[in-house]
Amino acid sequence: MQLDSTILWIVMLGIGGGTFLIRFSFICLFGKKQMPEVLMRSLRLVPAAIFSALIVPSFALTQQATFSVGNYRMWAGIIAVGIAWKTRNVILTIVAGMAVLWFCTLVL
Amino acid sequence: MTSRKKAFSGGVKETAPILLGVVPYALISGIAMAGTGVSPLTAFSMSLVAFAGTAQLVVIELFAQQASIAVILFTALIVNLRYFMYSASLAPHFCGLSLRWRTSLAYLLTDQSYAISVSAYDNGMTKFKHWFYLGSAIAMWATWQAGAAVGIFLSAGIPQSWSLDFAIPLTFLALLISMLKDRPAIIAAVSAGVLALLGHSLPYNLGLISAAIGGLVIGSLADRGNRHAAG
Repeated sequence: MQLDSTILWIVMLGIGGGTFLIRFSFICLFGKKQMPEVLMRSLRLVPAAIFSALIVPSFALTQQATFSVGNYRMWAGIIAVGIAWKTRNVILTIVAGMAVLWFCTLVL
Repeated sequence: MTSRKKAFSGGVKETAPILLGVVPYALISGIAMAGTGVSPLTAFSMSLVAFAGTAQLVVIELFAQQASIAVILFTALIVNLRYFMYSASLAPHFCGLSLRWRTSLAYLLTDQSYAISVSAYDNGMTKFKHWFYLGSAIAMWATWQAGAAVGIFLSAGIPQSWSLDFAIPLTFLALLISMLKDRPAIIAAVSAGVLALLGHSLPYNLGLISAAIGGLVIGSLADRGNRHAAG
């Protein structure tokens, strides 16, 4: 795919600028004030909600966006959840998940 | 000074285990950027300017589908809206820092540094929090840019069959599980996951945002329920 680099630059600058403003938003605006307790308690849950929303479909659904019992990534994910829960070790989780995927792909 | 150094290196050390999972992602983003046909130097500069891997990959995919610039920018910013929430969540910890600090901290914001820092703060860290975050964020930034550079300049295929891209969701999964320390968090995560599945076919990543907000709301309600019950 050949892209006009000007267009790509515009987009990348747009992403960079826009994302920076988003990242800067509260750190700038609220920098000198305190946030209400209620908001802070809710914000504590933000990462759990976002990461879950971000990754559950990538494990539970196939490339074609369907559910399949034979989806190796799903099983790798399920086992990875178990390992993560028990060991709380990030590298072990990643290695175990990859191992399951490779095992399924190569052996099954 | 020792405490600042300790906080900084603490941030680096906490982040080190997941840097491995970041490398394939950075490599892939580099390869994808190079695949657009722009010069390697241009691709690398763009990677520096944007520093937003997920958005970069989404954008490149949309380009391939010949979407309009408006759709591309809009989708990329929606994907990055989560930074809005991270920013809000981090703000109380960075009260009173100089503009220079806040600008740097903002530019360097990533999912991983956010997750690691918030986790450390939740576990009781009170001093030199911004140094801890800086250590984590610089470790991420350096790894990312190095990986992207390698991906761009080598650009010879890492075989698709290696499925190295799977390390990305695995990294997030490991981080996610480590965050589930109480019932409201678990409820928020489970609800968000279910909602994400239900809404996955919505355009413009609306499924993602709605699921995250839904999970947040349901988790918050569970949190309030807990606290009222406890009196």
